Amino acid sequence: MDLLTTPLHDMFGPVTLSYVFLAMGLNIHYGYTGLLNFGQAAFAAVGAYTLAVSVASFDIPFVLAILLGVLAAVLLGLLMGIPTLRLRADYLAIVTIAVAESCRLIFSTQWKSHFHARDGVRGFVGGFRDLNPLPDYEGRVLSYNRNDLWVMIVGWALVALVCLLVWLLMRSPWGRVLKGIREDENAVRSLGKNVYSYKMQALVFGGVIGAFGGFIGALGNASVVPDDYNTDVTFVALTMLILGGAARVMSPVVGAMLFWGLFSFMGVLLDDVMSSNQITMIRWILVGVALMLLMIFRPQGIFGDKKELALDAR
Amino acid sequence: MPADVHNSPAGSPADSPGVPAAVAALAALETEPGVAKPDPILVADKVSRTFGGLVAVDVDHFEVQRGTITALIGPNGAGKTTFFNLLTGFDRADSGTRTFNGRSLKRISAAKVARMGMVRTFQLTKVLSKLTVLENMRLGAPKQSGERFWVGPFRFLWDGQEKENTERARELLARFKLDAKESDFAGELSGGQRKLLEMARSLMVEPELVMLDEPMAGVNPALKQSLLDHVRSLRDEGRTVLFVEHDMDMVRDISDWVVVMAQGRIIAEGPPDTVMADRRVIDAYLGAHHDTDITELDEETIASEAEAEIAAERLDEGREQA
Amino acid sequence: MSTGPHDPPRPGLPSGPRRRGVIAALLSALLVGLLVSLASPAQASDTPDGNVVRGVLQNTADNNAPVEGVTITVTSQDGQEYADTSDAAGEFLIEVPGEGGPVTIELDMDTLPEGVTLREEGQNVRKVVLLPNQEMPVLFAMGPDTRDVETKWDRLPGLVYSGLLFGLVLSLAALGLSMIFGTTGLTNFAHGELVGLGALLAYFLSVPMGIPFLLAVPLVVVIAMALGWAQDRGLWRPLRRRGTSLIAMMIITIGMQLALRYLYQFLTDGQRLNYQDYLTPPPHDFFGLFTYTSRDIAIIVVSVLVVVGVILALSFTRLGRATRAVSDNPALAASTGINVDRVISVVWIIGAGLAALSGVFLGFVQGVTYDIGQLVLLLLFAAVVAGGLGSVWGALIGSLLIGVLLDVSTLFVDAEVKNAGALLLLVLILLIRPQGLLGRKERIG
Repeated sequence: MDLLTTPLHDMFGPVTLSYVFLAMGLNIHYGYTGLLNFGQAAFAAVGAYTLAVSVASFDIPFVLAILLGVLAAVLLGLLMGIPTLRLRADYLAIVTIAVAESCRLIFSTQWKSHFHARDGVRGFVGGFRDLNPLPDYEGRVLSYNRNDLWVMIVGWALVALVCLLVWLLMRSPWGRVLKGIREDENAVRSLGKNVYSYKMQALVFGGVIGAFGGFIGALGNASVVPDDYNTDVTFVALTMLILGGAARVMSPVVGAMLFWGLFSFMGVLLDDVMSSNQITMIRWILVGVALMLLMIFRPQGIFGDKKELALDAR
Repeated sequence: MPADVHNSPAGSPADSPGVPAAVAALAALETEPGVAKPDPILVADKVSRTFGGLVAVDVDHFEVQRGTITALIGPNGAGKTTFFNLLTGFDRADSGTRTFNGRSLKRISAAKVARMGMVRTFQLTKVLSKLTVLENMRLGAPKQSGERFWVGPFRFLWDGQEKENTERARELLARFKLDAKESDFAGELSGGQRKLLEMARSLMVEPELVMLDEPMAGVNPALKQSLLDHVRSLRDEGRTVLFVEHDMDMVRDISDWVVVMAQGRIIAEGPPDTVMADRRVIDAYLGAHHDTDITELDEETIASEAEAEIAAERLDEGREQA
Repeated sequence: MSTGPHDPPRPGLPSGPRRRGVIAALLSALLVGLLVSLASPAQASDTPDGNVVRGVLQNTADNNAPVEGVTITVTSQDGQEYADTSDAAGEFLIEVPGEGGPVTIELDMDTLPEGVTLREEGQNVRKVVLLPNQEMPVLFAMGPDTRDVETKWDRLPGLVYSGLLFGLVLSLAALGLSMIFGTTGLTNFAHGELVGLGALLAYFLSVPMGIPFLLAVPLVVVIAMALGWAQDRGLWRPLRRRGTSLIAMMIITIGMQLALRYLYQFLTDGQRLNYQDYLTPPPHDFFGLFTYTSRDIAIIVVSVLVVVGVILALSFTRLGRATRAVSDNPALAASTGINVDRVISVVWIIGAGLAALSGVFLGFVQGVTYDIGQLVLLLLFAAVVAGGLGSVWGALIGSLLIGVLLDVSTLFVDAEVKNAGALLLLVLILLIRPQGLLGRKERIG
C-alpha cells in the first residue's frame, strides 16, 4: 500500500514543488535559450538564504524579504552572465558550477552568526505561517500537515502563474528571439538582435524562477541548510527537465512529478532489501545513468516527438 | 566624382534613381586595387587581421559602390570570409577603420551593424532549424516591441505589428517561392531552399547593403538561375549587394564590379571581363592550384579561419623541411 | 531540495571503478565493483601501531621558558581519553592507539600556571584528523606573539612550496582535460571522476589486495588508460558519429559524474580511506624555509617527467603533431589524411592515465574519498581556463598558478574557503583575458 501512497504523497509535496521551480528555470535557460546552467542550485540557495537571514537575523518583514531574495538572484545572474555570455557555451557551464560550489562553501563556513554553518538558518517561517488561512487542525489532511498544505497551496498556485507567464512569453517575439539563439546565435546576431542582452535576460529570468524554488524549499523545511544546495540538486532538476522534454511549458512540472514518483517508489520498493543509506546511493547512481541514457536515446524527453529529434540529427 | 551619382540620395535605397547611373559611374574608374568609388556605401581602410602571427587579411583600401553588385573573389585561403567577418563586426580587426554610409563602424557590434542596414548571410547556411519558415522570417523584422521582456506577455501590445510583419514575410516568401513551406520547420528544407530562406530573411531587416557569403555553394543547379534573378532584383530595387563566390559563371553573369583577393590582400579589381583577363588574377588562381582539390570539401566542412590554418600548417612544414 | 526522499550522502571512502560506454561501461563497472566489494573486508585486518600527539609548551612572555604541569587530553572518535602532563622541559607526548581518525585535543586551562595565558582565547581545543601511524605535533602558543609580522610571512615559502606541489599534481589531470577539450571540443565534467578512480584504485590494489604500492601505481595508470580508451570507443565516438551536439555531450558527462561519484560512494560506503605505505614520511628541513619529504620528491620527479614527456611528445612525435593538427582544425586534419578518431582515442587514453596518476598522488594529500573528483573539478576548470582552454602549456601554468594562489591565500582567508578563490580567479580571467594566459584569441562569430 505504501508502494503507492508514499510516491503519491511525495509527488505533490513541498520538495517536489521546489524542484519544479528549479526545472522551470532551467527550461528557460536550456530548453528555450540553449544556455547550460549547471549552477541552478546557487539561485535557490541565494534566494533561500536571503529570505531566511533577512527575517531571522534582521527582522525584515516576510514580503520584503522575498523581494530581497529576488534581487539577490538577479545579482547572481549578472555575476554569472557578465563574464561568460559573450563566450562559448562551456564557459557559462563552468562558471555556474563553480559559483554553486563556492556559494555552498561560503554558506557553510562564513558569517556563522548569520548562516550558522551546517546547522543552517531557522526561525524565519513565522511571517509566512501567520498568513495561513486554513482552519487549525492537528494531524494530517490528505497525508499533509497544516504547514505543508499551506506551502503547497501557495507553491502550486505560483507554479500555475509561472507556467502561464512562460507560455505567454514563449509565444511572443521575445520568446522567438530566445529560441533563435538556441538554434544559432550568430544567425540571430546577423538579424540585428542584441544576443548578449537576451541571453542575460533569460539567465536572470530563469534564475529568479529558481530562487522561488529556494523560497518554497526553505518554507517547506522551515530551515535552510547548505547541503540542500549542492550541485547534485541542479543535476536532478536537469534530469527532470529532460525527462519531461525540454522547451515545453509543462515539461518541468510533469518531469519533476514523474521523477519524484519514481524516486520515491524505488525507495519504498528497496526498503526491505537494503539500508536507507544504500538506497540513497543506488538511487543517485540510477539518476546519473538515467540522465545519460535520456540524453543519448531520448534527448527530446519521453513525450517528445520524433520530428524534432530528426531535425537535431541534421 | 561625377555629379549625377553624387546626388543620389544616401540612405533610402528604395528611391535610388538609377542602377544605370551607379553602375555606369564604375566604367570611368581606373581598374587598380583599392580605387575610390564615386558613391561608396562601405569603405574599409588598412584593415588587417592575424591569426597566431599569420596574416589572414591585410586590406589597404576597399570601397563598395552604392547600388551595384560587387563580387569578392579569390583562391581558397585568400581571406574573403575573414574579411567579410571583419566588415560585419563578426570578427574584430587588429587595426584599420571601416565606415558604412559615412558612419564609423569602430567598436560597433555585429548586431548593431545589421540594424544600421548592413546584413549578411553565411557560407554555411544558418537557418533556425526548429523554428518554422515563417517564424524564421518574422525574427528578421526590426524594432519589434514584442521583443521586449515586459511587453512580450501582453499580446495586444504587439499583435498589430506582428500582423504587418507577417504580411511582409509572406510577400517575401512568395517572391522566393517558399510560401508553400511557411509552416514547415526550417530544418526540413533542402540546401538550396535554406539559402533562399536565409536571403529572404535578411531582407526582412530592410538592409541597404546585402552581403552574401557564397550564395551558390551547395545549391542545386536548377535553383541557380532563380537565385541569380533574386540577386539582380535586389539591386533593381535599389539595394547594394556584395557577395563572395567561387562560381565564376555567376560572377561573370551578374556582377558589376569584381574585387580579387589573394593571401589576404586585394590584388585587382574592375569590371568582370577586365579582371578575369588580368594576369595577376590568373596567376593567383594558378598559383593556388593545389587548393582546388580542397575546394569542394571546403564549402561543406571548413570554417572560415581554416584559411589561416592551412597557411599555418604549410608554414610549419616549410620550416621543418628547410 | 532537501530532507525529502533523497538526502545526498556525503562523507567518503574509496575504491573503484570508472566509466565509459553504455553497455561496456556498466559491465566493467560491475566487474571492478565486484572485485572491490570482495576485497574490502580485508581492510580491517591491519594492525597499526597507533598515533602520537606531542608538543612543547613555552611561554614567550617569559623568554620562552618551558611551561610545566599542564594537562593535555586527547579524546578519540569513540570517546576514549588519553592524557599527559607537560614535563620540566615543557614537553608532552600522548599515545593514541588505533587507526587514527578525528580526535579532539584539549589543553586543560585550569592547569596553566598562574600568569601564563594562551595567546588566543579558545585556542585550547583543537579538532584534527589523525592519519594511521602519524606523529602529530601540536602547538599551544602562550604569551604575546613576539614575531608578529614575521610569522605570517615566515609561512610564505612553505605555502608556495605546498602550492607548487599541489599545482604540479593538479596539472597532470588538467593536461588531460585540456587535451580532450582541444581535440574534441568537449568539456568533460566527469574528468574529476577519473582522478577519483586513480586514488580509489591505488587504495584498492595496494591495501586490500596487498600489491606493493610502487607496483600498484603503474597498474592503476594502465587500468585507467584502458578505461579511457573504452570510454571513447564505447561512448564518445559513436556519439560524435551521430553528430550529437557538444551541449548534449556535456550533459552526458554530468550524468556520468553523478553516477560514478555515487557508485564510488556505494563501493566505499562513504568512508575516508588511507593508503598504508608512504603515508607519513619523515620531514626534512629546506634551509629553514620549509620542510619537504622524500615522498614529495618522488611525486615531483614523476610528475615533472610525465608532464614534460607529454608536452615534448606533442611537439616532436608524429602522433603529437597530428594531435595538434586535430586541435587546430579537425576537418582540415582529416582532409590531410590524419586519422582523427585514432588521435582522439590516444588523447583519451593519455588523458585518463594522467588523471588517474594525479588521483594517486592526491590520495596522499586529501585522503582517498569518493568525492575527490568533485572537489578537484572546480580547481581543474579554474586552472585550465586560466591557462587557456586547449593549451597544454596553459594547463600546466594555470595549475601551478592555482596551486600557489590557493595555498598562499590561506594567509589572508580561512583555509575552508580557499577553494572559492579559484572561482574568483576564474571570473577575473574571463573578464580580463577570456582566452586565458596562453590561449588563442577566440573569434566572436
